[in-house]
Amino acid sequence: MPDIAAPATPGGGPWEGGAGGLVGLGVSQGRAAGPVIRLADPPELPAPRTVTDPGAEAATVAKALEAVAAELNRRALAAGGEAAEILEALAMIAEDPVLLEEAERLTAGGADAAHALDAAFSGHREALAQLGGYLAERAADLDDLKHRAVASALGLPMPGLPSPGHPYVLVATDLSPADTAGLGGDVLALVTERGGPTSHTAILARARGLPAVVACAGVTGLADGTVIGVDGGTGEIAIGLSERETAEVARTEAARRARLRTSRGPGRTADGHAVKLLLNIGSAEDLAPHDPEPASGGTSAEQTGGAEAGVGGTGAEGVGLFRTEFLFLDRRQPPSFEEQVTAYAEVFGRAEHVIVRTLDAGTDKPLPFLGLPQEQNPALGVRGLRVDRLLPEVLDTQLDAIAEAARRAGAEPWVMAPMVTTVGEASDFARRARAKGIAHVGVMVEVPAAALRAGRLLQEVDFLSIGTNDLAQYTFAADRQHSALADLLDPRQPALLELIALCAEAGRQAGKPVGVCGEAAGDPLLAPLLVGLGVTSLSMAAVCVPAVREALAGLTLDECRERARAALE
Amino acid sequence: MAQRTVAVASASGLHARPAKLFVQAAVKSGVPVTIRAGEKAVPAKSMLGVLSLGVVQGTEVTLEAEGPGAEEALDTLAALLARDLDADEALDA
Repeated sequence: MPDIAAPATPGGGPWEGGAGGLVGLGVSQGRAAGPVIRLADPPELPAPRTVTDPGAEAATVAKALEAVAAELNRRALAAGGEAAEILEALAMIAEDPVLLEEAERLTAGGADAAHALDAAFSGHREALAQLGGYLAERAADLDDLKHRAVASALGLPMPGLPSPGHPYVLVATDLSPADTAGLGGDVLALVTERGGPTSHTAILARARGLPAVVACAGVTGLADGTVIGVDGGTGEIAIGLSERETAEVARTEAARRARLRTSRGPGRTADGHAVKLLLNIGSAEDLAPHDPEPASGGTSAEQTGGAEAGVGGTGAEGVGLFRTEFLFLDRRQPPSFEEQVTAYAEVFGRAEHVIVRTLDAGTDKPLPFLGLPQEQNPALGVRGLRVDRLLPEVLDTQLDAIAEAARRAGAEPWVMAPMVTTVGEASDFARRARAKGIAHVGVMVEVPAAALRAGRLLQEVDFLSIGTNDLAQYTFAADRQHSALADLLDPRQPALLELIALCAEAGRQAGKPVGVCGEAAGDPLLAPLLVGLGVTSLSMAAVCVPAVREALAGLTLDECRERARAALE
Repeated sequence: MAQRTVAVASASGLHARPAKLFVQAAVKSGVPVTIRAGEKAVPAKSMLGVLSLGVVQGTEVTLEAEGPGAEEALDTLAALLARDLDADEALDA
């Protein structure tokens, strides 16, 4: 991994004490200390047993399913709201009499309880998966239920998120999207043995302002209850902190968060070089004023901010990435022109500077209404702007809707296309967007081919926005979800930085803006480096803005450039 | 055999919350009810069965039951399906 000069750790120097330490990859800033609780892995199914008492196996099956339903209902009560609805529906699947009958039939035929449960769930899983769409997604829920039921039948602790009734550091081999979605307020920090800087764990932790360390070898070997300190910036884990040290970590972290909470104003380096700090959003809801510090226990009741605090109460200077996918998800019919106009106009009404990205879907992120055929290699197939090759009316309708929404809201949005690869694609997109009356047209740089031709692209379009996650994936030929390749996907990889530098230099020569809207932009350790490379704006989740602002304010432009130079060596 | 045919009104069809409310009501009725969509029929008290019908808004489903309480149970369940249970959710919020 490339070596860069680490800035002073926010919230204190090195850990003072501790019986030892581990090091992983810090992916979400902040420090926390508390007792470890490990997320149990799905149980391994042992070899089938010879059954002597089928009645006893059937009773074990029934008890296991009851236990799963009871646990989910208990969580539903604790969770409330929409999460409760989901958990209750899952509990009802565990209680499904059809499932019980099937498992009992299997035990009567000589299967042991664990295998009977495994087979009964797997049968339904296949049936749902074949139905496709929404129901195929529920297949993953059945896996979770199956693991729980099998664990219960084997007398093992149930997998899934613990809720011990006190704050804890969650340790796991890896976290699934379902696990991360259910994280409660009692989680102090996340540490995983696998995962990379662009894994679900990393993205979710940053969005929630939770300190997180991934790719931390050996962490699942720690016993439950071990008190550890976690530094989500440096990736350091200190084992066995004293009570005094634990309290000190909590105190300095609270002070750091309080400082960030009050941070306002445009992005500037210490010597006044302006860098626009923008937001990545999915819909107008993301622009509602909110407490930029969710981990402080902030709720909607504590909403602060407002117009003077910038969009979303963060002091951000606009929206750098408006993902329009949300309107298209779970749909069999495309959203109507009118529906799109309303949704876009709402966003334009809430923020002054908005960069809209046209639909980013395809065979990698399938949408039912696109009806695209499956591909062997979706990441290298019809995705992003490439969908236009098969279904041009989708983009034309969307551009019309954006233009109409802009007229209604009296706004002048910037519009960009995802996954642009050639100059030809860029000029075709620009021509069509301008024909609709869209004045500021840009493209996303997500593949090396586009970065290498950045200068030529900027003769066709008005700005570039670099998606660092995909650009890393394609530059290093490494799937961005692949935990074993985390080092290749590290945004500090010099080859990736060189491509970003190429784009920034092309922008400087053309006098046109070049921003970054990938995960790297929201990382306070990387943002100064990107600025040093010449990037003119950084777009990120709202929760990341204060820490990035503070990181920039602590360095001069020359210091940022020095950091970029060192990283490129 | 008592029967009711009704078009499902909920915006999300018989998924998620509407499916949950329907199955809860079917269990509560205490009457073995079958729900059929097209060729496929499943017990109304089975969440997995109901989900696997893949019913979307507007799909016509047929409820069937026999024995004591059948008419009453079918009336209740048919009335439930004819309501937009997703819209109820909005009112709850």
